[in-house]
Amino acid sequence: MSSRPEQMCEQLQALFPDNDSIHVDIDLVSMSVDPADLLAVATELRDNPLCAFAQLTDLCGVDYATYGQSEWSTDTDTDASFSRAVNASSVGTLTFNTGVELPKLSHARFAAVTHLLSLDHNVRLRVQCMAPDDDIPMVPSLTSIWSCADWFEREAFDLFGILFEGHNDLRRLLTDYGFTGHPFRKDFPLIGNVEMRYDPIKKRVVYEPVSIEPRVLVPRVIREDSRYESGEVPAEEDANNA
Amino acid sequence: MPEIRNYTLNFGPQHPAAHGVLRLVLEMDGEVVERADPHVGLLHRGTEKLAESKPYNQSIGYMDRLDYVSTMCNEHGYVLAIEKLLGIEVPERAQYIRVMFDEITRVLNHLMWLGAHGLDVGAMSMFLYCFREREDLMDCYEAVSGARLHATYYRPGGVARDLPDRMPRYEASKWRSVANAEKMNNARDGSMLDFLEDFTKRFPGYVDEYETLLTDNRIWKQRTVGIGVVSPERALQLGFTGAMLRGSGIEWDLRKKQPYEVYDQLDFDIPVGTNGDSYDRYLVRVEEMRQSNHIIKQCIDWLRKNKGPVLTEDHKIAPPRRADMKGDMEALIHHFKLFTEGFCLPAGEAYAAIEHPKGEFGCYLISDGANKPYRLKVRAPGFAHLASLDEMAKGHMLSDVVAIIGTQDIVFGEIDR
Repeated sequence: MSSRPEQMCEQLQALFPDNDSIHVDIDLVSMSVDPADLLAVATELRDNPLCAFAQLTDLCGVDYATYGQSEWSTDTDTDASFSRAVNASSVGTLTFNTGVELPKLSHARFAAVTHLLSLDHNVRLRVQCMAPDDDIPMVPSLTSIWSCADWFEREAFDLFGILFEGHNDLRRLLTDYGFTGHPFRKDFPLIGNVEMRYDPIKKRVVYEPVSIEPRVLVPRVIREDSRYESGEVPAEEDANNA
Repeated sequence: MPEIRNYTLNFGPQHPAAHGVLRLVLEMDGEVVERADPHVGLLHRGTEKLAESKPYNQSIGYMDRLDYVSTMCNEHGYVLAIEKLLGIEVPERAQYIRVMFDEITRVLNHLMWLGAHGLDVGAMSMFLYCFREREDLMDCYEAVSGARLHATYYRPGGVARDLPDRMPRYEASKWRSVANAEKMNNARDGSMLDFLEDFTKRFPGYVDEYETLLTDNRIWKQRTVGIGVVSPERALQLGFTGAMLRGSGIEWDLRKKQPYEVYDQLDFDIPVGTNGDSYDRYLVRVEEMRQSNHIIKQCIDWLRKNKGPVLTEDHKIAPPRRADMKGDMEALIHHFKLFTEGFCLPAGEAYAAIEHPKGEFGCYLISDGANKPYRLKVRAPGFAHLASLDEMAKGHMLSDVVAIIGTQDIVFGEIDR
């Protein structure tokens, strides 16, 4: 007897024969959809009784700019030891815009990932939609299909700068009034660009460039672990880099 | 005759009925709300980005600060996502402890909600009643983790430590007489489980007290019946989960439908409303407290009978025992690596959802094989609920907006993240 995600996976493969990305990922079905097809696919997913994904549980942006990069790896035997990670050389979460360029990507940078839930079939589906253009990332809005996509898309726009075509009210949601930049992008420093304080002379709140030094306490390390190479874990990297 | 115009009203961000830092821009026609535009983000701390800059095991404490009235449930969603990617087993005793504390958390959350909602609507005494019981449950938190609110008790692979054998006791002092201290130490002679069992025996009586104060109260019903009605179809469209969805008549509870830990071995019922109004959601949550009490009792019985480990023996994930480290070099290395570098997760994605007191709390984790998450997305139940405020409040009076915020059980720690 196959499990519910496997049944749904077969169901979806039959429904979308052109899409070869549909697979079971741990306990849910995962698929990636081209932005041009997203609205048609999403409508089908909601309205077809074989799928009946009545609820959108989550929608979020992802920035794949530094996927798979480690702050610790080095080719040469170094006498600098730990400092190679403290002064993060790659575009990490802690670097300022000090001229470090983002790596050239072989894949699209931004994705909008949606999690859907079918109450009738009790199964979850992950729909990944890569934005084709890295400079102006744009994917279609799902607000016409699931009302609750509204705020989730506003959040993804605010934090990642992903534009949702067809959204009626794409304002910032979480950041401050008048905020510049998209803070969850990988090239936005973790400690921010400005800090705020009350100026007693001017008698108002002023914004200044941040004065604290960014530091890495625990470097980002990627270890090859033989326990996970037994084929149990699906080849997720291929799906992301596709 | 003066001309009557619509006007815009600013509500919050500092307003006692806003349950935190909610700023509402209300377009009013007289006293009727035409449009409600919530401005959120005043508590935005970038929890998800912070988690991306830290090893996995250092972010558990951040999860507490999301929904800060149901802290352990947030941790649960996070550690479940990690465990799902790692594919590790959690000892059964740890699963029962987690379920027990999830239900304690549910009661804590619903008590906070009931007290605050009552207070918003004018039932002042509810707040005092509810906080009386919260005290006992927070003592359980404290006994097991050392903290009354931000516990940081769950770990990937189990829980931090086993249940304590004795409860902390009050001492007589200049401000507390011996007789008073004795009275407060009633039921604290035994273990934490004894104390909790005593509480579960008393608690149904307390819930009866709340119901006497509210369920047939004329003012309470005037303020909640027919307020914020959501049809089942709209509830699904708006992404409602938890009591908000069940209040609209949809029987959906992850504890039953997609059981995690040991919920499939426990006996409990799922209350469902019929009208989808604030009063039904009130009834659903009150019944949930009774059911949680029932679950806690079953967990206590099981935990009394079954001893065992509460944390995985895989020392790549969980630290070895302190005593082992004194003599075992490998244990020492494991400890050192775990606390300087953390552990790496296999590359992949996982979404773990739990039935949080407020609804579905999900953690979406993307790992690229590093010791830190590549991306962590927290799906907060309150986020979808608050997003529907415009639809729920439209056509209601200004004072009903307060009742609707109350019935949504809003906490800004999780919405703003």
